[in-house]
Amino acid sequence: MDEKTVVVRDLVKDFPGVRAIDHLSFDVAPGEIFGIVGPDGAGKTTTMRILAGVLAPDGGGATVARCDVVADPEGVKNLISYMPQRFGLYEDLTVDENIRFYADLFGVSRRDRESRAGELLKSCGMSEFRGRQAGKLSGGMKQKLGLVCALIHTPRVLLLDEPTNGVDPVSRREFWVMLYSLVGQGVTVVNSTAYLDEAERCHRVALLHQGRLLFCDSPARLKSRLQGSVVSIVSVEARRVRDELAAAEGVSSVVLVGDAVHLFVDDAERRIPDLSARLIGRQIPFDEIVRVTPSIEDLFVEAVRKDSTRVAA
Amino acid sequence: MNLRRLLAISRKEVIQVLRDTRSLLIVLLMPLMLMSVLGYGVNLDTKHIRVFALDEEGSQASQDLLRRFQSSEYFDLVAIVTDYRALATALDDGRCQLAIVIPYDFSARLHDGRPVNIQALVDGSDNNTAELAIGYAQGVIASYGAVVQAEYLRKSHAPSVNPVLSVEPRTWFNEDLESKNFIVPGVAAIVMAVVGVLLTSLTVAREWERGTMEQLISTPVTSLEIIIGKLLPYFALGMFDTAACAAIAVLWFQVPFRGSLIALSAGSGIYLIAILGLGFWISVATKQQLAASQIGLVTAFLPSFLLSGFTFPIDQMPAGVQPFTYFIAARYYIVILKSVFLRGIGVSFLAGPLIALVIYASVMVLLAKLSFRKSLA
Repeated sequence: MDEKTVVVRDLVKDFPGVRAIDHLSFDVAPGEIFGIVGPDGAGKTTTMRILAGVLAPDGGGATVARCDVVADPEGVKNLISYMPQRFGLYEDLTVDENIRFYADLFGVSRRDRESRAGELLKSCGMSEFRGRQAGKLSGGMKQKLGLVCALIHTPRVLLLDEPTNGVDPVSRREFWVMLYSLVGQGVTVVNSTAYLDEAERCHRVALLHQGRLLFCDSPARLKSRLQGSVVSIVSVEARRVRDELAAAEGVSSVVLVGDAVHLFVDDAERRIPDLSARLIGRQIPFDEIVRVTPSIEDLFVEAVRKDSTRVAA
Repeated sequence: MNLRRLLAISRKEVIQVLRDTRSLLIVLLMPLMLMSVLGYGVNLDTKHIRVFALDEEGSQASQDLLRRFQSSEYFDLVAIVTDYRALATALDDGRCQLAIVIPYDFSARLHDGRPVNIQALVDGSDNNTAELAIGYAQGVIASYGAVVQAEYLRKSHAPSVNPVLSVEPRTWFNEDLESKNFIVPGVAAIVMAVVGVLLTSLTVAREWERGTMEQLISTPVTSLEIIIGKLLPYFALGMFDTAACAAIAVLWFQVPFRGSLIALSAGSGIYLIAILGLGFWISVATKQQLAASQIGLVTAFLPSFLLSGFTFPIDQMPAGVQPFTYFIAARYYIVILKSVFLRGIGVSFLAGPLIALVIYASVMVLLAKLSFRKSLA
């Protein structure tokens, strides 16, 4: 195996009254798009900050492109670009002024800056906004500008903390196109997200819950590794279905997905007759009841449930 | 230290100041505003003290004495009243600050060479004016007394005597003892304290508040580059304001400028570094714009105004307060300003305050450097 680009070992970070990161370990291979997935408070931002060298952990360690973030946090900063969750650029500076500022901080030559900025802005459809102040851009354009500034030098690792949070679907798609093109250039991407559909676009994902790692594998492997199966029931009264079947025999977790209810069950083929009979008995209407391949969201809910019962026990 | 990164920070800071009309107004209007408010408003000269007189005698002699009050520039003889009650009312409602009662036997006693008591009532609610009024009144009366005494001696055919000892006072550096000359040069220290601390205290706090600091500290820029890069534009603005203050002082208020421009520039530059360092430190420590500006006001503006010797002489402050004045940068700078404007002495005479400012500035920059970490929390 080739050497890992990001290595996280036994990382611990405490904040007053809460353990934000609880003995976290994972690796990221070169050229990977790695997703850190979890609900709010899972420890995603804290992990990103430690990797970016702006926050010191309380235990364990991490290396980014062979540089130790604990021993040499400043050394890491030449190797990465970090986009914080909150917009980190200057709203009173124009698009071009922000780009120039970050190019200067990373020592990018003027010629490189001009060709690269032109290319990047063109690829995300922002060429005509170069003179506009960043504060007057839409949410999606702000994030794309953030990515342009992050890529104005050539980072070994790109750290993106919830980059598509609050971004419209079109901009999200463009954002991902840019990320995929980076991988071709040998950049490793670590990005955190609370959107589970985005997690499926990553090469590998780490599921975080309350600072602990639940799973770390490719989205496909994660799906096949979880035991049990998912039953999907489409109904106009999805909430009633959920409430009725949450405690049914063999059902371990229930989640609403649009107008469908996904039930995590021990054995789909065996349970489907019981479940449909129960709904008919209660006169709750439903259109179909089928076994489906679990989505990341299903897996996540199930994984969190198992983790919570483990903690409780 | 990388010059390119440092200048990138400075350039960004300049763009931000130029686009922030509020900051720009503070920089441009503060010298004008404080100069006119303090140059015209703070007047410690006590002239034209309003006087009421009760002349119980109405003789040639008593009128001679009152004429002396009238001709003094320190007094305005507003009215001569005929009863004591009118005098008391005038003091009560502030129509006069000093009331003089000349007794009914004034000229008779003078004629006989007996001692005469002239009653002076003074409004003590403003103790500074009251003390000066008493002093000036004693002067006027004593000088009249000397004339009367000489006349008496001449009439009694005594050999004429001249006073053996007398004082011929001459004031150096501020010949007319105008408080304007004392106040106006010091305004630059106040302006710089406000502009320097207020603007710089906002600059770091703003980055924390707006979330731009998190991304900035994830880049290779060093903390010293951030500090110097951020302070450089404010240093230029501060020096501009100092020059503006000096120009207004000399051209508009006609304050003499007798010292060397080099001494003024050196003193101003070092003082400015000290002030900017203080502002930066406050900003780093608070991380909030509102708190930073309030602490800036309390630690820079008020002490510079009250405890630096700008308005009140330090050696007249209570003994318990005096030690605190050593912690105020403006204290040293005001000595330099007054010396440069009024005394006309060069750098070599100002070694003391200059060295004090250098130490002060070094400590402030060191504190700023130590307290600013490229790290969250």
